[in-house]
Amino acid sequence: MTAPAFITTGIRFEKIEKRYGGLYALRQVSLEVAPGECVAFAGRNGSGKTTLLRIAAGLVRPSAGSVSFPTSLNGSDHRGLDIGVKPLLQETSTAGAQFGFVAHATMVYDELTAEENLLMFAKLQGIAEPGARAERLLEEVGLSERRNSLVRTFSRGMRQRVAIARALLNDPLVLLLDEPATGLDPEGITWLASALRRMRDAGRTILMSLHGESEISALATRAVRLDAGSVVADTRARSDMHAILTFAGA
Amino acid sequence: MALLANTTVLLGKELRTEFRSRELLTTTVVFILVVVVLFSFTFDPSIGESRRFGPGLLWLSFLFAASLMLQPCFLREQNSDTLSALRLSVADPFSIFLAKLAANTLFLLLTEILMLPIFAILYNVHILAVFPQLVLVLFLGSLGVAIPGTAFSAISAQARMRELMLPLLLLPLLTPVLIASTEATGGLLAENPALRLDWLGFLAGFDIVFLTALWLFGEYLLEE
Repeated sequence: MTAPAFITTGIRFEKIEKRYGGLYALRQVSLEVAPGECVAFAGRNGSGKTTLLRIAAGLVRPSAGSVSFPTSLNGSDHRGLDIGVKPLLQETSTAGAQFGFVAHATMVYDELTAEENLLMFAKLQGIAEPGARAERLLEEVGLSERRNSLVRTFSRGMRQRVAIARALLNDPLVLLLDEPATGLDPEGITWLASALRRMRDAGRTILMSLHGESEISALATRAVRLDAGSVVADTRARSDMHAILTFAGA
Repeated sequence: MALLANTTVLLGKELRTEFRSRELLTTTVVFILVVVVLFSFTFDPSIGESRRFGPGLLWLSFLFAASLMLQPCFLREQNSDTLSALRLSVADPFSIFLAKLAANTLFLLLTEILMLPIFAILYNVHILAVFPQLVLVLFLGSLGVAIPGTAFSAISAQARMRELMLPLLLLPLLTPVLIASTEATGGLLAENPALRLDWLGFLAGFDIVFLTALWLFGEYLLEE
């Protein structure tokens, strides 16, 4: 009997730069995130956290440098997808199939119901039995009773739950979360933390930008602080994480 | 096959959201109605004048209405960053354009067909006998408006002064479509109606060239 394939994907940022005109959003950022790591990015507004996550997702083209995704199949290394300085959307779309991305904005349609949103994105991603998958995720995020309500009638926290459900549709190998707790109530944050813990323990790679410490930041196995587009601190030591996440000594 | 499947799913979304918000159709219908009625009252045209100026007036109003309709096409994808979610979900970004293009053409065509009887009554022109040919001209003309319109909507949605940008980019480019559509419509509304195949061929050629360009370069328009 053959064991089921166990695939993990890391992310390698090499000398990433992003300029908007003369303004540097990222400067020479090099980071290697191992498969299964859970990295918390901290930094003040405008430090480059969101840009870095969007570059990883293939949504923003870096001005210089490259991003690659070293993939491991049952523990042995395989060449992953490379996104260079000039990625074709075709390539990033293929890479995108591995990602779950939660952004500042909810990335769901206000004029569709919660179920219609999930069903549509599941169909676009080619997920088998999209209806069952959408139903299961709605139950997980606690919105099964409001499945037929238009998203525009939801509170910010409920919208965020739909956003998280959308990001988890394809059971992603890499989760990119830009301030995922935005709008969530304490119960929602606890649910999100337990969902992320399950994914981390299942070998999924998680990159998240956070402000301060919370149940979610406690999941991090590594903390990185960005300042003015550069990495200024990077630690896997739990004792140092508090200082990085709370800007103590910054 | 994935392209077709994704386009169908996205077209369903476009139709459903428009059916619920009724933003585009209402604006366009009201705009065309106002222009057609105002011109009719201002000039009180005779049958001869209607045949001469009617097609141009009709297509000018369609063109300006289209620039209104196309404006929110990509703009409303930015409110909740849904365009990023689509880019991460579809295998081929061209399906995003195809779905929007199909929806825009459909909405424009529907508006035009709704407006035709009112135009015929106000300007005293006979359209019943040439209705199928007229629909063909409207379809090719609307497609000619919608293809570059959808592309420029994607560009202008990311630009500053976006409300001004779309008509400024679009209207000069659509001059050939305006001329060809007006001539083809004029041929059908003439005393001895005739389907002008030369202008229809021109419209079909315009549509094919711009659709190919959109297919080749469209994905770059979606980048941030």
